[in-house]
Amino acid sequence: MPPRVGVVTFPGSLDDRDVQRAVTAVGGEPVPLWHGAACLDGVDAVVLPGGFSYGDHLRCGAIARFSPVMAAVIEAAREGMPVLGICNGFQVLCESHLLPGALLRNAGLHYVCRDQRLRVDNATTAWTSAYDDRAEIVIPIKHGEGRYVADTATLERLEGDGRVVVRYVATGAAGRGSGNPNGSLRDIAGICNEQGNVVGLMPHPEHAVDPLVGASADGTGFFASVLAVLVAAR
Amino acid sequence: MIARGTGQPTVESLDTVAVAAADPDLVQPYADLGLQPDEYDRIRDVLGRRPTGCELAMYSVMWSEHCSYKSSRVHFRHFADLPRSERLLAGIGENAGVIAVSDELAVTFKVESHNHPSYVEPYQGAATGVGGIVRDILAMGARPVAVMDSLRFGDVDHPDTRRVVGGVVAGIGGYGNCLGLPNIGGEIAFDPSYNGNPLVNALCLGVLPRERLQTSKATGVGNKVILYGARTGRDGIGGVSVLASATFDDDGPARRPAVQVGDPFTEKIVTEASLEMYARGLVIGIQDLGGAGFTCAISETAAAGGQGMHVTLDAVPLREPSMQPWEVLSSESQERMLAIVAPADVDEVLAVCRRWGVLATVVGEVTDTGRLVVDWHGSTVVDVPPGSLADDGPVYHRPLARPAWLDDRQADRAEALPRPAPAELAAEVLKLVAAPNLAGTGWVTDQYDRYVLSNTVLAMPEDAGLVRIGDGPMGVALALDGPARFAALDPYAGAQLAVAEAARNVACSGARPVAVSDCLNFGSPEDPSVMWQFAEAVRGIADACRVLGLPVTGGNVSFYNQTGDKAINPTPVIGVLGVIDDVSRHTPIGFAADGDVVLLLGETREEFGGSEWAWVAHRHLGGLPPAVDLAHELRLHELLVSSAADGLLRSAHDC
Repeated sequence: MPPRVGVVTFPGSLDDRDVQRAVTAVGGEPVPLWHGAACLDGVDAVVLPGGFSYGDHLRCGAIARFSPVMAAVIEAAREGMPVLGICNGFQVLCESHLLPGALLRNAGLHYVCRDQRLRVDNATTAWTSAYDDRAEIVIPIKHGEGRYVADTATLERLEGDGRVVVRYVATGAAGRGSGNPNGSLRDIAGICNEQGNVVGLMPHPEHAVDPLVGASADGTGFFASVLAVLVAAR
Repeated sequence: MIARGTGQPTVESLDTVAVAAADPDLVQPYADLGLQPDEYDRIRDVLGRRPTGCELAMYSVMWSEHCSYKSSRVHFRHFADLPRSERLLAGIGENAGVIAVSDELAVTFKVESHNHPSYVEPYQGAATGVGGIVRDILAMGARPVAVMDSLRFGDVDHPDTRRVVGGVVAGIGGYGNCLGLPNIGGEIAFDPSYNGNPLVNALCLGVLPRERLQTSKATGVGNKVILYGARTGRDGIGGVSVLASATFDDDGPARRPAVQVGDPFTEKIVTEASLEMYARGLVIGIQDLGGAGFTCAISETAAAGGQGMHVTLDAVPLREPSMQPWEVLSSESQERMLAIVAPADVDEVLAVCRRWGVLATVVGEVTDTGRLVVDWHGSTVVDVPPGSLADDGPVYHRPLARPAWLDDRQADRAEALPRPAPAELAAEVLKLVAAPNLAGTGWVTDQYDRYVLSNTVLAMPEDAGLVRIGDGPMGVALALDGPARFAALDPYAGAQLAVAEAARNVACSGARPVAVSDCLNFGSPEDPSVMWQFAEAVRGIADACRVLGLPVTGGNVSFYNQTGDKAINPTPVIGVLGVIDDVSRHTPIGFAADGDVVLLLGETREEFGGSEWAWVAHRHLGGLPPAVDLAHELRLHELLVSSAADGLLRSAHDC
């Protein structure tokens, strides 16, 4: 039986079915999880997808963090279950204190949708082990509030522990400055928790699985990584 | 009426049907609501008495230009004469045209204007323009899967353009991104004729299983009428009558309360709840609440059903409890839908809505009286034949006159303009490339999500947007194009050129053009020269569609696009939908590989009238537009589509 990957749908989740499709593409079984159910249906891993949960009311992710399903996700994450938060999912993970820091309005004050070059700076997490260390990949970003911030001590700890998972880098020779699309501190696009099972990132790997309808196939590795980890753990 | 302070209705002051019958000579403010004296007399004839205040409000919005198409309707016979396509499952008169693309699937698409609100309050105007067209598509039974927009703004150097552009783009992005719909293309143009009246035309595409096609008919005596979605507030009151159907004064936009305020999160959960109701087969009839709000929804569903309807208006959930009944009837609050449901299914519908966090309320039922009756706290405030509101509005044969200035303009040939010397060519090209209408639009389109739903094969800056449908490999292409400045030189030819360009853009993607939706943006229909431009453009679209074999499946007319007596350039915007059997055979615009052969198809003639070069180099608008050869156009499309299907083309781009 293939590993079962839960994909949470909050009211206002948008990329939930896209994540389900990506999980299927790498041979996993996607399991839709409803925000109102405090149960994870026996899944082996969980993805919190992108979107505008609860319309971004109050603060991105601030209301979703109190959904019944999140109590179960937080508990499972603390016990080591692989959890990936993409875009709004990353915001929910920060609001849930599963990851440190916060995501603020883009420095340019505009929503930005573009194909973004990233560098994988930690290829040992549950979600990035399929990548080569320091691999450069192209994955779309699409967000208005993706500027990662944390206090200096937290940033130093993240850097020291190798918990910066992906970083924005310039595009090729004609790169635009640092390639940082939103003013994130230290060009941070994604981070993980101390154990490496919980990863949050602003870019959307589920939109880089099938090049026909995505930016590339570079995002496949996130889903392939967790499947390999889950199969190996059996 | 509501007594101040108590929140309780005082029956004495309420203008009920009984009061109207007993007090026939009351002087009513019909002119302030946008009605003409003869229209008011007709309402009295229909009812056999004076209308109540509520009825007057309903007729004023339903008989507005925006809702009744009273000036344009007589010209649409040209579209009705077009050959019927076997693919067409629903056409003009429905919320949107529906086209079969396989034995199982159909697609629906429509383009609609939200010009006036977007000038008054750019962010909310544009946002609710997207929201409105998405609900039209939803009401056909389809899942909305993509949006596009055609935008026209004033001169880039005009002081107001920055306000309008920034707000419109942010509004389209803010609403569409939050709804989870990929924005797959469109166009953006700048011209001083839009300084006092920008154009915001939004298109939505939806996909549905053929058997799930919905209608707006309120049928089945005893069936319940359920209103679901947002609460009703005081926003957008009179939007279609005083805002969309009148000209701006010279002192600019000052009708902000008539603009609606959007909430895309509510639209998203309303969408999901609606789709779940369709999937469970719970819906007998459905209608979105758009222009003219609740009034339009109840009168159109009742008229389409051919039966009667009884509505308990005080059951409508309100944002402000002090709202008066005519305000509840006229409000254009967004994100609301009206469903007709069998009594046995009401509980399940309410449960689906509850699951998605959507407010749903039974507000009435279908009757056999043939009348639309509305009660407010136990008193009848409306009792009318629903068809008199929805179908039997006034029809005008407005006077037409070819503008006197057109001969001079056409005689002022652009071909006579000074041309750059060979040494100046490079600089001239750079100037053109940097011109606002030719430069890249990434600064706009990078603010729109093009990836969500994982079916976008082509999006900006491609010629057409292309999305995969079902589980593939089939796909649907869309292009949305206006006539540049050509229609200002010759509206008939300009409209044909817009149809040809949109269809060519679709063919360049590898998809076969199959249907048209149009959005006709013009000045005041009370100006005979504007009306002549309109009639010529409609004739041009119909003639072009006849040659290209494309049915016009629906669309929208926007008149009164002018400030003072200065009308916009006539702007028929054309949406063309195409079908491709295998999306992997699509042709993008970019050169694919070194060594590929580049072919120019077609003939290049000395034609500069209305061109971007004439404008950029000389600020010149004169002469005649390029010659239209639709038979050649059709052969070109056939060549592009069949070559792409055969794998002969790596890429294609229209000129």
